Amino acid sequence: MSETVMELKHINKFFGSTQVIHDVNFKVQKGDFVTLLGPSGCGKTTILRMIAGFYEPDSGEIHLAGRQIERVPPYARNTAMVFQEYALFPHMTVFENVAYGLRVRHTEDSVVKKKVGEALELMQLLGMEDRYPNQMSGGQQQRVAVARALVMQPDVLLLDEPLSNLDAKLRESVRVELRSIQQKMGLTTIYVTHDQQEALSMSDSVIVLQKGFLRQQGKPHEIYFAPRTPFVADFIGTTNLIKVNGDDALLVGYDEDTVLQADAVCPKGEHTLSIRPESIRLSEKPSPSATDNIMPVTVVRSMFLGEKMRYFVQDRKGQEWIADIFDPGRKIYEGEVYMLFAADRTHVIEEDD
Amino acid sequence: MEHFLEKLGSAVIKWLQYIGEVVLLFVETLRQMKKPLRIHHMFAQMAHLGVDTLPIVGLTLLFTGMVMTLQVAHEFIRFGAQSTIGGVITIAVGRELGPVLVGVVAAGRVGAAITAEISTMKVTEQIDALRVMATNPVGYLVVPRMLACMFMVPVLTIFGDFIGVVGGWFVAVFRSGISSYLYWHSITMFVEAYDITGGLIKSVVFGIIIAVLGCYCGLKAPNGAEGVGLATTRSVVSAIIMIFCANCFLSLILYQ
Ligand SMILES: Nc1ncnc2c1ncn2[C@@H]1O[C@H](COP(=O)(O)OP(=O)(O)OP(=O)(O)O)[C@@H](O)[C@H]1O
Ligand SMILES: [Mg+2]
Repeated sequence: MSETVMELKHINKFFGSTQVIHDVNFKVQKGDFVTLLGPSGCGKTTILRMIAGFYEPDSGEIHLAGRQIERVPPYARNTAMVFQEYALFPHMTVFENVAYGLRVRHTEDSVVKKKVGEALELMQLLGMEDRYPNQMSGGQQQRVAVARALVMQPDVLLLDEPLSNLDAKLRESVRVELRSIQQKMGLTTIYVTHDQQEALSMSDSVIVLQKGFLRQQGKPHEIYFAPRTPFVADFIGTTNLIKVNGDDALLVGYDEDTVLQADAVCPKGEHTLSIRPESIRLSEKPSPSATDNIMPVTVVRSMFLGEKMRYFVQDRKGQEWIADIFDPGRKIYEGEVYMLFAADRTHVIEEDD
Repeated sequence: MEHFLEKLGSAVIKWLQYIGEVVLLFVETLRQMKKPLRIHHMFAQMAHLGVDTLPIVGLTLLFTGMVMTLQVAHEFIRFGAQSTIGGVITIAVGRELGPVLVGVVAAGRVGAAITAEISTMKVTEQIDALRVMATNPVGYLVVPRMLACMFMVPVLTIFGDFIGVVGGWFVAVFRSGISSYLYWHSITMFVEAYDITGGLIKSVVFGIIIAVLGCYCGLKAPNGAEGVGLATTRSVVSAIIMIFCANCFLSLILYQ
């Protein structure tokens, strides 16, 4: 039932002689909230700006709402963008800022009033119409910027790290608000962030970028539980990445006398296994069930994080592991213990970085 | 040596590219002029840019007229040519000093203000915001500023010319002992309307240079907080150089 509203095909982009985007392909379904996620400098803004029309790709195609648009000027694309620094017009009131795009389109006054009113109401800005941007807090300005984009009823709404200037509490609440408005309006949205927490909690689909390459696109839980490259596994949350030897079997070799059970058949050769810290249990007695992997380890350090206890443990090979024990009670492990994790909680990463 | 030539070559290429881009912006501005103009934007710019500049223009030309006369009068009296002083000063001010000095002052005031404003908009992504909302930044920002400068700089020049001549009169009468009648009479004898209007033609060109370079540097401002300062300095320096350069060619064309 879902329908592709936007597609990027084989997009390459150079700045001078450096290539910053390498053959990026992805599709966006109508009404989806898609996040571009990656560390600083990986090309998120560049991709967003190519969609908005501020940069032209050197090769490749961008399709939006049935049109090929990579050579169409920004104003003819029917996208709307919310900028990191808000980019409100300082000499205009809130009302005029939000109304600006409609006025440019020569919309009738009564319609402008109605639409701006609706957008302001949605963003909980009623009563602030006559303020100027410098008379508002960062969070309020941010909401004006979103309102200004919403009234345009764009085919796709583009947001470039719109919450990065807000404090943690406010960020949380604007995030929830934004997501519920987006869902209410069924607005296709592309959201740029380097905050994996934000990406996982808001998105229908996450796109992970690294150095201009698209590493993986998928639902948040797919990205989290089935990362395709070690980079993705490591960038999204915390994980233990260990090198294992596969043999086209469920069992993989870890060291001379340890064999682990993986979640899937691991092809021949050296591969990486990802095990999330929260999947690991510690025990003073070796009492594994049939599907458990078990290994004797030494507790090196531990850290109390409130809802969980984080242990740094070392196995016989010298590899350090992170284990999160939730609801730890008052039990604290020390010295020699056993580490257990179920086979289906491991994940074989087939690609290399 | 090779290294030097390489550097020279790349500098020339950069410079040509710069000129090319400025010319392109100018052409785009002319094309955007066809669209209905927001007159109130232009007047707002004229008031905003002109009023602030008026006192500085006045002071600059007052002192220049005075000092010119001081130097000229001394020599002219030695050769018995005191009856030409008013005319000579007026021609010098009308043809060269008025337009060039007003141009330089306006580049420092008006050009800098334009660049600061536009580069701030650029750095805070307001220009991009305009572009997504179907507004051509050239039409919206450059056109009214260029028109404002095209009108404002000649108006300032007329004012400056007048102050300069008055400054000359003041020194001629109170310092060099030339009669007031002789000073004004020599102006009516020697000065033609073209000495003034030619200067005004120049100042229209200078106005265009100031506005287009001011907007260009603003639109091209490097991102980041220091972008505004950098762009402003660049705008003022290049506008002043371009004014001197254009003045030379214009004098050759207008006063052959
Ligand atoms: N106008 C430009 N000219 C030259 N290089 C650029 C330009 N814009 C970006 N780059 C380079 O392209 C790469 C990608 O930049 P981009 O701004 O897309 O990163 P980003 O993922 O948005 O990073 P951040 O999270 O820091 O905003 C970077 O290496 C950057 O240095
Ligand atoms: Mg960015």
